[in-house]
Amino acid sequence: MKWETVIGIETHAQLSTKSKIFSGAATPFGAAPNTQACAVDIALPGVLPVANREAVAKAVRFGLAIGAKINRRSIFARKNYFYPDLPKGYQISQYETPIVQGGTLTIFVDGKEKAVRLTRAHLEEDAGKSLHEGFHDFTGIDLNRAGTPLLEIVSEPDMRSAQEAVAYAKALHAMVRWIDICDGNMQEGSFRCDANVSVRPEGLDKLGTRCEIKNLNSFRFLERAIEFEVRRQIEVLEDGGTIEQETRLYDADKDETRSMRTKEDAHDYRYFPDPDLLPLEVSEQWIDSIKSALSELPQAKRERYVKEYGLSQYDAAVLTQSREMAEFYDRLVGTLGGLYKLGASWVTGEFSAVLNRAGLEIHQSPISSDRLAGLLRRVADNTISRRSAGEVFDAMWNGTMEADAIIAARGLTQISDSGELERVCDAVIASNAKQAEDYRAGKDKAFNSLVGQVMKLTKGKANPQQVSEILKRKLAG
Amino acid sequence: MALTLDDVKRVAHLARIAIDEAEAQAVLSQLNDVFKLVARMQAVDTRGVEPMSHALDLVQRLREDAVTESDQHSLFQSVAPHVEGDLYLVPKVIE
Amino acid sequence: MHNATIKSLSAELAARKLSSVELAKHFIKRIKVLNTKYHCFITLDEEASLKQARAADRLRAAGSGQPLTGIPIAQKDIFCTRGWLTTCGSRMLSNFISPYDAHVVERLNAAGAVNIGKTNMDEFAMGSSSETSYYGPVRNPWDVSTVPGGSSGGSAAAVAARLAPGAIGTDTGGSIRQPAALTGICGLKPTYGVVSRYGMVAFASSLDQGGPMARTAEDLALMMNIMAGFDARDSTSLEREREDYTRELGKPIKGMKVGLPKEFFAKGAAPGVVKAVEAAVAEYRKLGCETVGVSLPNMELSVPVYYVLAPAEASSNLARYDGVRYGYRAPEYSDFTDMYKKTRAQGFGAEVKRRILIGTYVLSHGYYDAYYIQAQKVRRLIARDFAEAFKRCDVIMGPTSPTTAFKIGEKAGDPVQMYLSDIYTIAVNLAGLPGMSIPCGFDAKGLPVGLQIIGNYFAEARMLNVAHQYQRATDWHTRAPKGIEVN
Repeated sequence: MKWETVIGIETHAQLSTKSKIFSGAATPFGAAPNTQACAVDIALPGVLPVANREAVAKAVRFGLAIGAKINRRSIFARKNYFYPDLPKGYQISQYETPIVQGGTLTIFVDGKEKAVRLTRAHLEEDAGKSLHEGFHDFTGIDLNRAGTPLLEIVSEPDMRSAQEAVAYAKALHAMVRWIDICDGNMQEGSFRCDANVSVRPEGLDKLGTRCEIKNLNSFRFLERAIEFEVRRQIEVLEDGGTIEQETRLYDADKDETRSMRTKEDAHDYRYFPDPDLLPLEVSEQWIDSIKSALSELPQAKRERYVKEYGLSQYDAAVLTQSREMAEFYDRLVGTLGGLYKLGASWVTGEFSAVLNRAGLEIHQSPISSDRLAGLLRRVADNTISRRSAGEVFDAMWNGTMEADAIIAARGLTQISDSGELERVCDAVIASNAKQAEDYRAGKDKAFNSLVGQVMKLTKGKANPQQVSEILKRKLAG
Repeated sequence: MALTLDDVKRVAHLARIAIDEAEAQAVLSQLNDVFKLVARMQAVDTRGVEPMSHALDLVQRLREDAVTESDQHSLFQSVAPHVEGDLYLVPKVIE
Repeated sequence: MHNATIKSLSAELAARKLSSVELAKHFIKRIKVLNTKYHCFITLDEEASLKQARAADRLRAAGSGQPLTGIPIAQKDIFCTRGWLTTCGSRMLSNFISPYDAHVVERLNAAGAVNIGKTNMDEFAMGSSSETSYYGPVRNPWDVSTVPGGSSGGSAAAVAARLAPGAIGTDTGGSIRQPAALTGICGLKPTYGVVSRYGMVAFASSLDQGGPMARTAEDLALMMNIMAGFDARDSTSLEREREDYTRELGKPIKGMKVGLPKEFFAKGAAPGVVKAVEAAVAEYRKLGCETVGVSLPNMELSVPVYYVLAPAEASSNLARYDGVRYGYRAPEYSDFTDMYKKTRAQGFGAEVKRRILIGTYVLSHGYYDAYYIQAQKVRRLIARDFAEAFKRCDVIMGPTSPTTAFKIGEKAGDPVQMYLSDIYTIAVNLAGLPGMSIPCGFDAKGLPVGLQIIGNYFAEARMLNVAHQYQRATDWHTRAPKGIEVN
């Protein structure tokens, strides 16, 4: 039997606010234990929550970015359960009426575009951390994280493979960073994914029983966990078994998922509207002001690159993979005043490659957009050849000299004097009579060899296009 | 509709309150008395009536995003049952 | 000195005829003698009180005294008071020294008031008799074999026994008004949102409201001037212009329309209560008020609605008491779930546990709509009844409680009977309206009867005016129980 995989993803994105969602305590990661847990966060008797405007604004910004419906009125509810890292014995979340409903996110898999539908996104508070190591027979509780604002983003079960799931997670990750609502740091837990995975016989509409996989703190783990889980479920079903709906934990060391001890009352959270918090109203004017402050979104930028700049779909997609990349490109072509395709090919090619090799982020690059523009100007005006440009780029990467200085110092200026080139071409034709003859006889390959000879004699300083024009003219004559 | 002893035990577990058989029995009859009283409200026709969560029909006031709280963990932990290394300690939690 | 009102004590302090330290010492001495009898206070801290009194004297000396500067005020032990044991009447918080002040406490401190002690109460404010306290029952100064009402019974008894000229309380279903009635003092529950709930240990968040308790309406007004006001830390605190609650005290009430809901007089109220309340209404007619019949047809549903909503909110509000960060932790347990269960089984008393179980049940899967949502819908019907009634009258009057003080232990074994003692007060909390109780006479047993005055939203100043005019014409509020003298 052929099986189809069905995946939905739930993501918890920590919103990058200065203070917590319901208290004035600080949020930075890594503080000493409990030093950022204020009276509200540790749920002293009598304390009350007051919601953070910026957390709400960030949720709205996300909703606008994915084309979702922003609920003008949403409700904070209490999700009741007992756990030592949940100080109030309930988590303030949104249940029946979330702030964001619907929306879509575009992903690319194998060059194909796919729209993944989102169900909802709602605001809630994070719990503290339980530290199981270091204390014999005890667990230590650090409540610094308690009350950190989270946006829980729930997708529809629209993904059909681990690759699509990863593409979705990456696109979402890029989006939350693009609109600056989350720092996306997966090691620190700022962006956490759970995957709901099920399989069904191909062609069947009815969804299979799903398992929720938790603890996926990297894209690689997400991919591997889903792959394992799909194999496991298919094996169970093919052996005539049934899948139990349960929560499973991914164990990266063993590369497998295993069942979590299920809490028998986990399903009875006794949600009810939080009486401490009145209905959350988001006015039309507020939404409008958030909308107008929103920078151009990846999809719009991608479309504009193709339509206005004439870039390929591929280049446009690569350039809009991250906000930093797109901003670098925008700065570059802004400085250059055009040269869109040249800029795109350099940013997606040489520049990305060298950053990857060095393991650097764009903002850490020794070559700024201004420096790169200096180089590309010389490529565009034919001062240097493509080959020399590579040499100049390497020199810029390793040093502080600008492109013009390197070109001058190394004498890389392209020969643009046509008289000199004509002489070199004549000499090459003369000394390569065989190839010249072959070319005239229709063997195009021979021509490349002649161009190569000219380039060699000019030490790469000739413009290959100019060389080929001269050669063609002379050989035709 | 009367509660059963199992209801009482289930709810006591949900509420994390230890309850023995005798207590559960006693509580059961008291709760059933209370729910008899509550039943009077359940008979009311409330079709078309909006649930009232708050006394006043107002919307939520929001706070500016500013850090207003400083570290007071020593003070807070001075009343904690068991603290070590600035962490609140609880019996080992097994996942 | 202890029979004087806040207003007159304030005048003497201002005139420097009396020092705050003398005043505090006087009340502390009385408390030391009488607390064993009435059990009004859980915690006293003589040194802390005197320190505040000395500071108040300095303020007065510097000419920066306010009306409450140097006035001893007893605080219900539900208010978090920095450096003070704050127990909420529970074993669960029997070791909890609050690291912070409630908003109301901050305001009283800023006004120079002296915290004279933390008063006894029903555990977590759940009760109508102050018998559910971990610290033992409070006794009614009018008859120590009876209860003072609850849950603010310690505050009420302290004011009645002249152990403090004023006290602060909280009212979720009648917890200020009913004990005020049963002890013959005045108490006001303001409009929901007028007094900040920050630092008030939560019982039922959508109903809880703090308020003043004293012997005259005028004193309540002086206390309201300090207690009321916007607090950014409470999302439900209302941003309103500051009010002077004394501003309407002297206004004549001639022509005012007093609504008398037939449901308040129909059945259930004890004859002695009805008689005293009817006499009070007659007095109002004499003062020029017009009485009109009104109806609150859904009021009888307020008790069932309340016993769904309040326990539901409480079951969640009390989930934080788990023995992890503060408060009681069971000495022995097998694992962390067992620690939770034993801690909560041992830390909470029977009534609190009962309400947590009720609340957990009504919120649990499959019952939510039938109980919680239905109760919220009926709550709206009850609020609408009041809106209708207030189209026809300025204030509503009736009894505060169906009976006068009942015997200690009389209703303790029957939760439903106990719950029904709040039949006249609960609807006011459900609607979020202001309500108050003032003494209006005695029954045949010599126990005080309270007149309840209910106003429209934000009508506190008007209600205080209505009460004050009555107190100018009558002297019920000046009567003191016997046996409160100290040599």
